[in-house]
Amino acid sequence: MTALLVGILVTIFYQSWPSIHAYGLQFYVGGKWDPVFKEYSALPFIAGTLITTLLSLVMATPIALSLAIFSGFYVKSGFLSSAIRTLVDLLAGIPSVIYGFWGLFVLVPMIRKLELFLGVVPYGVGVFTSSLILAIMIIPYAASIGRDVISMVPNDLKEAGLALGATPFEVVHRVVLPYAKSGLLSGILLSFGRAIGETMAVTMVIGNANFIPKSIFDPANTMSSVIANEFAEATDPLYISNLIHLGLILFVTTTLIGFIGRAIIRRWSIH
Amino acid sequence: MDQLSTRLFKDLAFRIYLVITTMILLVPLGLILYYIVRNGIAVISWDFLTSLPKPPGTSGAGIANAIVGSGLLIGTAALLSIPFGITLGLFLTEFSNSRLASVVRICVEILQGIPSIVIGIMAYLWIVVPMGGFSALSGGIALALMMLPMIIRSTEETLKLIPHSLKEASLGLGVPYYRTMIKIIVPAGFNGILTGILLGVARVAGETAPLLFTAFGNPFMTLNVTQPINSLPLIIYNFATSPYADWQQIAWGASLILILFVLGLSLLTRTLIKR
Repeated sequence: MTALLVGILVTIFYQSWPSIHAYGLQFYVGGKWDPVFKEYSALPFIAGTLITTLLSLVMATPIALSLAIFSGFYVKSGFLSSAIRTLVDLLAGIPSVIYGFWGLFVLVPMIRKLELFLGVVPYGVGVFTSSLILAIMIIPYAASIGRDVISMVPNDLKEAGLALGATPFEVVHRVVLPYAKSGLLSGILLSFGRAIGETMAVTMVIGNANFIPKSIFDPANTMSSVIANEFAEATDPLYISNLIHLGLILFVTTTLIGFIGRAIIRRWSIH
Repeated sequence: MDQLSTRLFKDLAFRIYLVITTMILLVPLGLILYYIVRNGIAVISWDFLTSLPKPPGTSGAGIANAIVGSGLLIGTAALLSIPFGITLGLFLTEFSNSRLASVVRICVEILQGIPSIVIGIMAYLWIVVPMGGFSALSGGIALALMMLPMIIRSTEETLKLIPHSLKEASLGLGVPYYRTMIKIIVPAGFNGILTGILLGVARVAGETAPLLFTAFGNPFMTLNVTQPINSLPLIIYNFATSPYADWQQIAWGASLILILFVLGLSLLTRTLIKR
């Protein structure tokens, strides 16, 4: 197992070495990805990834949080709780490619109407659409971490609050949330890590433009979507190496985020 | 402090807010299921399941090769990951406090967190490049890498709960260690391990990203693991992004089949857990 992981690390690093060697830091600061002219920079995709995932977190967090409070504090058992659990499981179980397909044929026309209404170029596809799909996809994940964190808040604290005459809302607001704060934050962090690596749905609705998006309605590309789109067609060894370099960035960031997130949760749950 | 009535009002408003946000979640789920079922049912027939994809413009096309391909890919992945995964899970429970076990645990966590597209790159570099072409085998290995952490974890978590007395009784009767493991410990945790395997299958059945440049897709029927092969997620991706309306119809049908399979499997697993 360890050998497997070391193997993965060594292979991915070795294979992206030509790209690291040829471009170095230039890979992170140039503004253009143009395989025809052999100009490669990861910046448009790093920007695309960050904007898309952060926007999706902004959309997903309030809903995931209230779902977590609802099922972790208000209805901890019974019919309603298992109904919510089933709902979340169903959403989590739908394959990514189906989200993308649905997004392409149902969501994109709706967004196009919205864009016409707002007076921006009606691409339909783009950062906003991807974020919306991504938000739907990470809500189940974020909500289930949040529910676990919130239901770990000691009962003594909640009961003490209620016994002092606080309303349930005040207990959530003054006791549960402050206590669970760092656990919830790391839940958001873990969802962020999850969203960065998400590929298919984003690939299908982001519009595949290798530029830094100027508005949230512009088409763009994320690191994972550019790999999905171009890897099978790349022939030049350096081109392939550059794509693997993107994979390396993805690997390192998701692993780091996962580590930090889990470490915070672990330390928090020991308290 | 506010008046009691305003405090109670705030509480009520918060409750209503929570219910409404939960309801919001029903909207995308309902919309997705509605569109997939409505568009999928229109194309699904016995012929659809048993014939091959055809060029756009011809009727009677189906997804038989994708269904067979998905089965073959999942089968390969399961064959590779189940023995390895159960062994590792057993190792983690038996030597749970050793240093090696904690290293392995970290590795499992990292492997679980690797984005699926990166797993696809790995299978490409390890299998496709040396073999000189896309193949079902490389796709199966990519999926096996994704299933492995799930099987290891569920095995470890199940076996941890098995009472020590069971193992001690077996060893006390003079049963050798390896037979105790194979005949007593693993069968005792069978249900939990099976749950992990089913969840793993449900997860990889819908995976597309690791297959894009490993299994690659194939318009024909094949059972040869050294050849490129089609699968349900691949056919959905390729046909959904094609400009032909009749191919898109096929993609809807394939989506319905895939979603029935995946959600059916996870419902089955849930009833298994409850038991």
